[in-house]
Amino acid sequence: MLSKRIIPCLDVRNGRVVKGVRFVNIRDAGDPVEMASAYDREGADELIFLDITASHERRETVVELAGRCAEELFIPFTIGGGMRDEADFRKVLKAGADKIAINTAALDNPDVINRCARRFGSQCVVVAIDAKLVSEEGEEKRWEAFVHGGRTPTGRDAVKWAVEAAERGAGEFMLTSMDTDGTRDGYDIDLTKAITDAVEIPVIASGGAGNLDHLVEVVRDADADAVLAASIFHYGTYSIHEAKEYMAAAGIHMRL
Amino acid sequence: MGNLRSVEKALEKVGAEVIVTRDQDQVRRADALVLPGVGAFGDAMHNLAKRGLVDVIREETLGGKPFLGICLGLDLIFEESDEHGLNQGLGLLPGRVELLSTELKIPHIGWNDVSRRKQSRLLADVPDGSFFYFVHSYAVVPARDSDILCTTDYGCSFVSAVEHENIAAFQFHPEKSSSLGLSILKNFVQ
Repeated sequence: MLSKRIIPCLDVRNGRVVKGVRFVNIRDAGDPVEMASAYDREGADELIFLDITASHERRETVVELAGRCAEELFIPFTIGGGMRDEADFRKVLKAGADKIAINTAALDNPDVINRCARRFGSQCVVVAIDAKLVSEEGEEKRWEAFVHGGRTPTGRDAVKWAVEAAERGAGEFMLTSMDTDGTRDGYDIDLTKAITDAVEIPVIASGGAGNLDHLVEVVRDADADAVLAASIFHYGTYSIHEAKEYMAAAGIHMRL
Repeated sequence: MGNLRSVEKALEKVGAEVIVTRDQDQVRRADALVLPGVGAFGDAMHNLAKRGLVDVIREETLGGKPFLGICLGLDLIFEESDEHGLNQGLGLLPGRVELLSTELKIPHIGWNDVSRRKQSRLLADVPDGSFFYFVHSYAVVPARDSDILCTTDYGCSFVSAVEHENIAAFQFHPEKSSSLGLSILKNFVQ
């Protein structure tokens, strides 16, 4: 039986991790590859790197990061950040990434999902969705998809967008709730459930993890296939292994 | 595509000297062969045939050279596959390749647990029931039960590894399966 997954996420700017990660026995706490390897040793199932380099050089930094990770990292990893088209996919996959996350490019030009899935396989196309609650209180809940790192509304309903992206060949969703992100109050159960009910492909829940019960809840109550977290692991609140033991004790199938 | 690089780096990590080649002589000179691969069965066989590698791989492997297949490299060692029409494989082991007969979503992607059906030097450091990383839609159906090394459940039980004398092959990706995956590669290299 497939296990549920824990995926730490590292934000990288100009080849350096933005938020410091508290690991013992690490020589360079800003080096994404060293941190990623430490997470691998702790039992992370996959890793996601988001390149937030704010310049036209980002494509080169992403390719370089993928290449360095491929030398040292022996679990699957996803890279996202400004990837636009098949040529970007080809370069980053060839450098050694297993999957590529796209958000803005997919909403600007949804056909890029079809083309990349056809050419490289659905398994490497991760569609990132940043969603924000837009319904009024008392109404049935509705979420809108945002692009450009959450700065730009698209007018697209997040659930409808997920259904369309899955039909076009997305292999997986990385779903971030803009409402819960950074709160540490727990994942957005309603949003995650709305998406997992609407699509067949795996959904990685993101945004809001503050304790280990939050990880359990979003898997148990919203059918998330994987949980993404940054700060609870980066700041050493919990180790990955501790989190996996906790989820397994709650009856969730985990790789221990 | 990236798979080739990942396998290369993982083998180097465990101490192997790796040559990525399409050259017949290099295949003949190598101490051991590793056939990785993601993609379609027919395309892969077509490419091997185009480089004149089908006979070379058969001769070298049936002559006793250690052989490791990964993912599509497992499928290719069997006689034939149903993937996109009937295609002939390398025929190193008897049996065929079929679409996973599961109600669950295909492709089967993620960490799944692996049950051992016999002892193997390659799995010396791997506790029974350990998890490995899978990305595939097809599975092998060996003609001989004695070739089955591991099985895995995904809404159906399928063969996730085979071993026969000098030939071993895995449906999962040791190069993406963290320390336990590397231990398999290390035992192969030693």
